Amino acid sequence: MTTAEDLRAKVGEFLAAHDPKTTDRLEFLRARFDAGLAWVHYPEGLGGLNAPRELQSVVDAEFAKAGAPDNNPRRIGIGLGMAAPTILAFGTEEQKKRYLRPLWTGEEVWCQLFSEPGAGSDLAALGTRAVRDGDHWVIDGQKVWTSVAHIARFAILVTRSDPEQPKHRGMTYFICDMTDPGVDVRPLRQLTGEAEFNEVFLSGVRIPDANRLGAVGEGWKVATTTLMNERVAIGGNAMPREGGLIGMVANTWRDRPDLRTPDLHERLVRLWAESEATRLAGTRLRQQLAAGHPGPEGSAMKLAFARLQQALTGLEVELAGQDGLRYDDWTMRRPEKVDMLGREPGYRYLRAKGNSIEGGTSEVLRNIISERVLGLPSEPRVDKDVAWKDLPR
Amino acid sequence: MTDLLYSDVEEDLRSSVRDLFADKAAAASVLARTESEEPYDLKLWRTVAAELGLAGLHVPEELGGQGASTRELAVVLEELGRSLAPVPLLGSAVLATSALLGCDTAADEVSALLRRLAAGEVIGALAVALTTWPGSPFPAAVSVSGGVLNGQVGLVADASVADVLVVAATGPDGPALYAVDDFTATEVTSLDLTRRLADVTLSGASGTLLASGAQAVAALNHALTAGAGLLASEQLGVAQWCLDETVAYVKQRYQFGRPVGSFQALKHRLADLYLELVTARATARYAADTLASGDDDVPVAVALAQSTCAGIAVHAAEEAIQLHGGIGMTWEHPAHLYLKRAKSDELALGTPGRHRGSLAGLVNLPPA
Repeated sequence: MTTAEDLRAKVGEFLAAHDPKTTDRLEFLRARFDAGLAWVHYPEGLGGLNAPRELQSVVDAEFAKAGAPDNNPRRIGIGLGMAAPTILAFGTEEQKKRYLRPLWTGEEVWCQLFSEPGAGSDLAALGTRAVRDGDHWVIDGQKVWTSVAHIARFAILVTRSDPEQPKHRGMTYFICDMTDPGVDVRPLRQLTGEAEFNEVFLSGVRIPDANRLGAVGEGWKVATTTLMNERVAIGGNAMPREGGLIGMVANTWRDRPDLRTPDLHERLVRLWAESEATRLAGTRLRQQLAAGHPGPEGSAMKLAFARLQQALTGLEVELAGQDGLRYDDWTMRRPEKVDMLGREPGYRYLRAKGNSIEGGTSEVLRNIISERVLGLPSEPRVDKDVAWKDLPR
Repeated sequence: MTDLLYSDVEEDLRSSVRDLFADKAAAASVLARTESEEPYDLKLWRTVAAELGLAGLHVPEELGGQGASTRELAVVLEELGRSLAPVPLLGSAVLATSALLGCDTAADEVSALLRRLAAGEVIGALAVALTTWPGSPFPAAVSVSGGVLNGQVGLVADASVADVLVVAATGPDGPALYAVDDFTATEVTSLDLTRRLADVTLSGASGTLLASGAQAVAALNHALTAGAGLLASEQLGVAQWCLDETVAYVKQRYQFGRPVGSFQALKHRLADLYLELVTARATARYAADTLASGDDDVPVAVALAQSTCAGIAVHAAEEAIQLHGGIGMTWEHPAHLYLKRAKSDELALGTPGRHRGSLAGLVNLPPA
C-alpha cells in the first residue's frame, strides 16, 4: 500500500525532473497528471496511483511548498468534483482516456446540465428530450443554473429518453460538447447584479451515442453518483480557527470599536461559537473519513454552513454601520468563480441566500438526513408509478 | 493533533457501561426510585466505582486509579446522560476527584483521600453550589479558623450520599481547600429528580487541609473547568437519548393513517436536532481531548463546549416532549426526567451565557 512517505519521494523525484520555475504551466500540469500525482486515488494511467484518497493532501502540500502551479481547482470544481468521478465510474476506457487529463489540467472546463425550470428539487422530473437517430441522439430542452457554461467545453447532461416510463426510469446521461451549434448559453443575472449562472437552451443538439455515460435508461443511477460526489466535495477543506467568514467579521469587530453595540456583541459571540463548533464538526468528519469510517454527518455539514453564512453575512451588514447602506457594484458581469471574501458585505449578504438553495436546498437536505440517517419514512410518493408523460406539471 | 473520534478502547468502555446501566438503571426503575427512600442506587454505584473502576478512571495508577483520562471519563458521562443512572458520579468521580488532582498529589493527605475515592471506598462531593462556574470568585460561604470550619453551602450536588466533602473555605490565611467528614447535608427538593442537591452545614467541623492560597484557587478552578468540560458529554448523552427515543416513537406512532415521522414538519425538526448533535459531539470531544492532554486551549474548549451543548440538551429534551405529544407530558414516560436533567445541567457549572462571556474574553471579542 502506498504511504505518505512514498508519495513525498515521488513528488520529490518529479520536481527534480520538472522545475516548476522553468517549466511551462500547462506542460507541468500534464506531466504531473502522467506521473499519477494529479489525484492519487485514481487508477494508474488516469492521473493516479490507486493510493488512499486521504493522501492527496500530502501531495498537494508538497507541490504547494515547492511553489508549483496548481490547476486552479475552484475554476474547474464541477469537472473535478462531479464530472470526473462520474466518468471514472461509468465511462468507457476511451472516454476516460479522452476526457480526464484535460479536465484535470483545466484545459477543458466542464459544466453540469441537470436542473431545469420545471425540475429543481425534483430533478428526476426533468424533461429535456433525447431521441435516438441512428448513431446519434437529438437533444431538445432547456437547462438552468449552469455555472461556467459560458466558458465550458463539455457538460454532463441528463435527459429524458423514454417518457412512457415513470420518472426515475427512462433517463439517459451524456457528455455534451458545448461548442455544438445547437447549444445556446445565455447569462442568468441574479440578485447580486452579476450572472454567475446561465440558462442553456439545447435545440436539435446531436450527440454521438459514443458520448453516452452508462446504459440507455440508466441516467438516474449515473446522476446519483454525480450528486453523491457533489456532497463529498462540499464536505470542505480543513480550516484553521477563524479561517472563514467569521474571522473577517471578528477582525472588523476588533478594529472598529466605534461600530460595537451590545446586541451585535451578543450575536457575534454566539456566531463565533457556532462557527467554531461547526469547524470542529468538519474536522471530526474528516478524521472519520481518514480512519475509513465515513459518517453520515456530511449531509448535515452543508445545512450548518448555509445557516451560518446567512446569519454571519446579515450581521456583517449591520456591523458596517452607515456603510451597510452601500453596495459595491451592480454592474452585470459573468465571473468565472464566486468571490465571497473579495467583495463587500452587501454582496456577501445577497450571495449567501444561494447557500441554502444550490447543491440541494436545505429542505431537501433535511429530508435526506431524516430519511437516510434517522431512518424516518418518506412522504407518500404520488408520482412513483406514473409514466413521466402523465405527471401533472 | 486533536483526536475527536472514539478509540476502540473507549467504545468497549461505552458498551460495558451501557449494558450495566440498561440492566440496572432501566427507565422504569430510575423513575420509581425518584420517589423512594433511596433516591441513589448505592449498590449500582459500588459496581460502577469499585468493580468497573470508574470512580478513579482518570486518576493515575500510582494514586490508585485506572490511569485513563478525561477522554474515557467523558464517554462514561455520555452513558450517564443517556441513562440518568442514579449514582454520584459527577459529585465524586468528577468534581471532588478533579479538585484533589489539582492539589499537590505528593502530599499524604491528598493522595490518601484520592486513593479512597478512586477505589470507591468513600463517596466525595465538592462543597460549592452546583451553579459555580470556572473563573468565578472563590466562594466565601465557609470560614475557617485554626482548622475548624463553619458555614453553610446551598445546592451541593451528590452531597447527601457523600462521606467526605472537599470544602472551599476562607480563613485568615486566605482561600483553602479542606477535606471534611463531619457535616450535615439536607436534601432540597430539586428540579432534577435524578441528581440530588443538598444544603450542607458545617458547625465547628474539623477539616484536613488539602491546599491553600493560590493552589487552592487553582485546584478549585481545575475541578470546575474539568467538571464543566465533562458535563458537556453528559449533555450530549441526554440529547442523544432524546433524539433516539423520539425518532423511534415517531416511526411507530400513527395518525392520519401514516407514521407521524413521515410528515416533513416533524422530520425537519428532527434533522435539525441531529445536526445540533453533530456539532455538540465535536465540541464535547474537543473539550474531553484538550482536558486529557492539558492543552493550552482548554479554557476555550470548555467554554465552547458549554456554550454549545447545554442549550442543545435542553432543546433535544423539549423537542422530545413536544414530539411525543400527550404521552410526553405524563409522569409515567421518562422524557420529563431528561428535561429536568437538561434544564438543571444548563445552570450547572456556568450557564451558556456565562460561558459565552468567558469565550468573548478568551478570543478577544471585547464587549461594546
